[in-house]
Amino acid sequence: MTTATKPTTAIDLEHRLALYRSQVALRLFETRAYDLFLENLVKGTSHLSLGQEAIAAGVAAAMRETDWTFATYRGHAHTLARGVPMTPVLAELLGRANGLMAGKGGSMHLTSVEHGVMGSYAIIGAHLPIACGAAWSAQYRGTDQVAVCFFGDGTTNIGAFHEALNFAAIWKLPVVFICENNLWMEYTRTTEVTAVAHPAADRAGAYGLESILVDGNDADAVYDVAARAIARARAGEGPSLIEAETYRHGGHSRADPGKYRPDEEVAQWKAKDPVPRYRARLVELGVDEATLVAIESEVADEVEAATEAAKAGAIPGEDLLMKDVWANGGSSWRN
Amino acid sequence: MAQLTFREAIARGIAQEMRRDDSVIMLGEDVGAAGGVFKGTVGLLDEFGPVRVRDTPISEQAILGAAMGAAMTGLRPIAEIMFSDFFAVCWDIVVNEIAKSRYMTNGQMTFPLVIRSGNGGGLRFGAQHSQSVENWAMMIPGLKVVVPANATDVIGLMAASIRDDDPVIFLEAKSLYASKMDVPDGDIVDTLGSAKVLRSGADATIVSLGAMVPRALAAAEELGENGINCTVVDVRSLVPLDTSTILREVVATGRLFTVEENPRLCGWGGELSSIVSEEIFYDLDGPIVRITTPHIPLPAADALEDLAIPSVERIVTTIEKAMNS
Ligand SMILES: Cc1ncc(C[n+]2csc(CCOP(=O)(O)OP(=O)(O)O)c2C)c(N)n1
Repeated sequence: MTTATKPTTAIDLEHRLALYRSQVALRLFETRAYDLFLENLVKGTSHLSLGQEAIAAGVAAAMRETDWTFATYRGHAHTLARGVPMTPVLAELLGRANGLMAGKGGSMHLTSVEHGVMGSYAIIGAHLPIACGAAWSAQYRGTDQVAVCFFGDGTTNIGAFHEALNFAAIWKLPVVFICENNLWMEYTRTTEVTAVAHPAADRAGAYGLESILVDGNDADAVYDVAARAIARARAGEGPSLIEAETYRHGGHSRADPGKYRPDEEVAQWKAKDPVPRYRARLVELGVDEATLVAIESEVADEVEAATEAAKAGAIPGEDLLMKDVWANGGSSWRN
Repeated sequence: MAQLTFREAIARGIAQEMRRDDSVIMLGEDVGAAGGVFKGTVGLLDEFGPVRVRDTPISEQAILGAAMGAAMTGLRPIAEIMFSDFFAVCWDIVVNEIAKSRYMTNGQMTFPLVIRSGNGGGLRFGAQHSQSVENWAMMIPGLKVVVPANATDVIGLMAASIRDDDPVIFLEAKSLYASKMDVPDGDIVDTLGSAKVLRSGADATIVSLGAMVPRALAAAEELGENGINCTVVDVRSLVPLDTSTILREVVATGRLFTVEENPRLCGWGGELSSIVSEEIFYDLDGPIVRITTPHIPLPAADALEDLAIPSVERIVTTIEKAMNS
């Protein structure tokens, strides 16, 4: 088994600061999203990535602008990490007309084709085959784009996961599958219902792939392993399956307090919180406190501004209701 | 003009479009070297090569997921689901993903793809390889549903489906694969959402689809000999639905009979009946009558299957009874 947990030294300071900024942005955004949910402004459901920011930030940093992200309902972080501004994402959560999809998708379906975010999918496993299709298209058209597909540990037990892995392997598709193993499905521990200890890494061999396990709470390590997998895909060497070990600080969704998890486990993982951990590393590398504080306050201002802009967004009008079922912009099914 | 079978027309329609547009690619189980289990794709691998005509593993979700991902990134994939019954194992990709993603993303994505599938009974394959699933597809917002009834229409509607920027479920009646007709030479491109009036009569309008079209025509011949003159309309696409042609033809005779291969409940004829009652009720001279497969799983034995699917004889007797009462 390959483990790539050591921080690489190949990342220069400028990129490290960007990685820190990205993680802080995801942390503060998700915290705000939770607060707005408690204020009853985020309607419906939402699934936060608090505690898992290093994966979204680290992988996105290894991608090119022309690469594609396929995310799940737990997709705020992956969307933002690709450079989608906070305001439309927050406004989408609030169901406003200035939302990323004008309120038609909601928290679980964040999509920004312009930024290569090719959708957030809420049916477990469905997007793995879809990511294969985008990768097939890149392969067929001879572009060197790579599709990167995120999913949870529980997702490794659905058929689509296995169909997609085999499919990507036999066609040598430029796709990177990233399992964010946060140990829990909704309210059940994944190992209790899975035949192997490492739900993704232990299955890689079945598809002729290298078994890759990475510390998902270390943005540098994630960046490193993602960069290698993406380079491999871009070079035509086929897919990779990465298992990134991490933990969600909160519950599965909405107001779930996550009480089914033992306190010691939560405490143990909070001690490995990727954001302060990365901050400490930067301090160790000689970055001064003022630089870090500046980043943090800039991001906080950004979240504040996005909150105001999202709250000020118009309520979507009836004109949107019947729009865009079809490519011609309409919804008519008869003449 | 050349005599062509329905199955040969499929390959000809696809080839016509693959020649003019490099973005058209194809995938499915046994579609390449084997030419398809129903021989609908014979010759395509030879002409277009294995990069554009790809055999897949038995992975229906992967097949349709791949088609969706390819479509959202600019290609025009044609995916084959061998038997339409198998939609049940990949329906998520069709219904939750392909059909909804354009709307959910506020129009950011388009899905110009075609999913072809062998549909319906007649081959004595039993309940899991004989279903007519046009009603499954019709009820999902975001899917177009095309069901040709003859070789010329196969080519023209296939071309129209491939050129269409929306997802099309293209259902090929298995019992028609061997049917033959003279097909014009050269490119054929038809229009989705255009029903065809195949025959005109003053007394009753029979609206039919797919494999039921030739039966409706044969029944109309027989009824004509008995003094009941029928119009026969081939719906050709359920979505978009050419209600203007259909309603016009129903108004002209005052009677509507639907002939549907799908099981009774929620068949397309039910929707059509509701449109007719809402919009042209006072033009009707009698009740709407639906002739469908009963609401049962299809039996395998030829004798039983023949009893289940609307036959020429059942169409004739049902219409005679209704018209004479
Ligand atoms: C096909 C399907 N089954 C069940 C669900 C309900 N569901 C939503 S999230 C979830 C847990 C997924 O766990 P995991 O893959 O580990 O991802 P995580 O939420 O931890 O990121 C379940 C069961 C679903 N959305 N789709």
